[in-house]
Amino acid sequence: MSTDTKERAVHAPQFIRGDELQIPTYKVLKQDGTTYKGATLPDLDKDTALRIYRAMVRTRVLDERMLAAQRQGRLSFYMQSTGEEATTVGFAAALDDEDMIMAQYREQGALVYRGFTLDEFMNQLFSNELDYGKGRQMPIHYGSAKLHYMTISSPLATQIPQATGYAYGQKLAGDKKCTVAVFGEGAASEGDFHAALNMASVLKTPTIFLCRNNGYAISTPASEQFAGDGIAPRALGYGMHTIRVDGNDILAVYSAMTEARCIAVEQNEPVLVEAMSYRLAAHSSSDDPSGYRSKKEEEKWRNKDPLLRMKHWLQAKNWWSDDEDAALFEADRREVLATMKEAEKRPAPVIEEMITDVYDTPPAHLKEQLEGLKAHVRLYPEAYPATSGRMNNG
Amino acid sequence: MAKMNLLQAINNALDIAMAENEKVVCFGEDVGVFGGVFRATSHLQEKYGRARCFNTPLVEQGIIGFANGLASQGSVPVAEIQFADYIFPAFDQIVNESAKFRYRSGNLFDVGGLTIRTPYGGGIAGGHYHSQSPEAYFAQTPGLKVVVPRNPHQAKGLLLASIRDANPVIFFEPKRIYRASVGDVPEGDYELPLGKAEVVKEGSDITLLAWGAQMEYLEKAAELAEKEGISCELIDLRTILPWDRETVAASVRKTGRLLISHEAPLTGGFAGEIAATIQEHCFLHLESPIARVAGLDTPYPLALEKEYLPDHLKIYEAIKRSVNF
Repeated sequence: MSTDTKERAVHAPQFIRGDELQIPTYKVLKQDGTTYKGATLPDLDKDTALRIYRAMVRTRVLDERMLAAQRQGRLSFYMQSTGEEATTVGFAAALDDEDMIMAQYREQGALVYRGFTLDEFMNQLFSNELDYGKGRQMPIHYGSAKLHYMTISSPLATQIPQATGYAYGQKLAGDKKCTVAVFGEGAASEGDFHAALNMASVLKTPTIFLCRNNGYAISTPASEQFAGDGIAPRALGYGMHTIRVDGNDILAVYSAMTEARCIAVEQNEPVLVEAMSYRLAAHSSSDDPSGYRSKKEEEKWRNKDPLLRMKHWLQAKNWWSDDEDAALFEADRREVLATMKEAEKRPAPVIEEMITDVYDTPPAHLKEQLEGLKAHVRLYPEAYPATSGRMNNG
Repeated sequence: MAKMNLLQAINNALDIAMAENEKVVCFGEDVGVFGGVFRATSHLQEKYGRARCFNTPLVEQGIIGFANGLASQGSVPVAEIQFADYIFPAFDQIVNESAKFRYRSGNLFDVGGLTIRTPYGGGIAGGHYHSQSPEAYFAQTPGLKVVVPRNPHQAKGLLLASIRDANPVIFFEPKRIYRASVGDVPEGDYELPLGKAEVVKEGSDITLLAWGAQMEYLEKAAELAEKEGISCELIDLRTILPWDRETVAASVRKTGRLLISHEAPLTGGFAGEIAATIQEHCFLHLESPIARVAGLDTPYPLALEKEYLPDHLKIYEAIKRSVNF
């Protein structure tokens, strides 16, 4: 409350703890593909449902193959999203394709859903000359202007207040679009998270804050990340709408995000969505979860696989068969391998790209530094094989 | 021409920018109806509405995070950080985000529309936390432009250029002379170039280089030196990043001597970078070591502020040492 809002007075010291407030989890779909009795079902037609499922499968396959490629030494680094596909694909499916997505780094599912091609993925992963980011960032730092997907940045939570600002601009422009910031429960400890939510609430921006609560920030379990009832109730302190959903439940994610988008765009109000899931994969290719969690715990979550859950539902609706499923996995695997082979053959960006995009045009001192560097590479061409044979003489 | 102080010139520049382009948005702590604690944004909310000129919650990292997002969307945010001393919670958003937005995305996205305005510098009895000059921290961050004006005419032209520049700019305003510096300012729209130093006065014996509020001390010191028959060339660097090496080097080749002055502490100050570059490019022209007159390597003091400041007397003594080397 502000000092001029009407207060409710008491005359004994009353401390309040949040224990009695537990935000419920919205669930629609059971693991066997049936729905809970009386559950609110989203309006999801067959075409959209299959587009979602195909994106989830492709994401799963991409993650499997690229981690394998990393293990073979073909790729320097990778991050899987295994187990979280219902959240990362489902949220994107509930949006308008021109809503802005500002993700953290484990949301490749959203990009797959929007139509980022395997070729585009591979060019980024192999830092080759066709990478939109010109080979400047580590693998998985995707971005696409045409798909309204902001280029990933490693520092955690920085995209969250940016999503508040981006949405404010959409509101000013009268776009009737929203911005979604996606982040983990660990990143929600950063100051930027709190800054972002408070500003969005005060300035009334059409922002959806989607927290993927997957249980771990690298090795740190959620129980050592925060006390209290998770991330969802924090919105209440900021005077914001909030909901918690089962993040492995595609129907719950889709339905909650559809409603959240309505609130954001129609009312110009921000919304927090906490999706409960589990990071079945390691944090990254450099991590080994056996040092901090049990196989038993992983097994429990493997039995809640969001892909299987959705497949069971599709089959119950007679929209999908085992044969189609096997064929889809097989086709995606083949295509991933084929595009990978092409992408890894493409050369690195040319040396001239080192100084572009620092500013809109390279200032004199950068041109001078580039010429100095090129002169050096000419002296030792064998030490810099990626660029020495491909320099222009400017 | 109108007589304006430095604050009025800044207010006038913001007014012109907002009138010309509806995408320009001004915000920060107390920036709205109050017009900012120094009144740089006076009457802008009245004129352009609450959607385009508004208060933010008290959170610098949020202000710049928000500004980055807004700029990436295509708006032209002019974010105010109330004192440069309080810019550090936003350091991550500036250094890791604003500065790298274009580069890391291969030019898919940029925050070129962003301008961060912030009052800097001492001489106002502000102690540790209302006095600092943090320009050198940002000078080591490729992707940013760092601009400091010395008077009202410069402030208006450089701020308009900063707002319209296609790159993120940090615009440091010399708050000690916000009201003290009064001068003729064209009433219309004009820009002064970024990345370009200005030779304020020509001379032949020594080049004196500074920026912002320090220019006033430089001028006073030069007057003292002229009485001793020492002819000083005065240069206002105006843009710290990217800085105008050619103008400074050409002057040093002529005078053979260089003195650089800034309020920020000596060690790691931007004078060190300039000195290293100029000795590389003008080695055989130098008649004496390049002199630096800067703040001490201490936190900014309160009671002993006068002693701390690199004032005209310290500069005058350094000029004589250089000429008599």
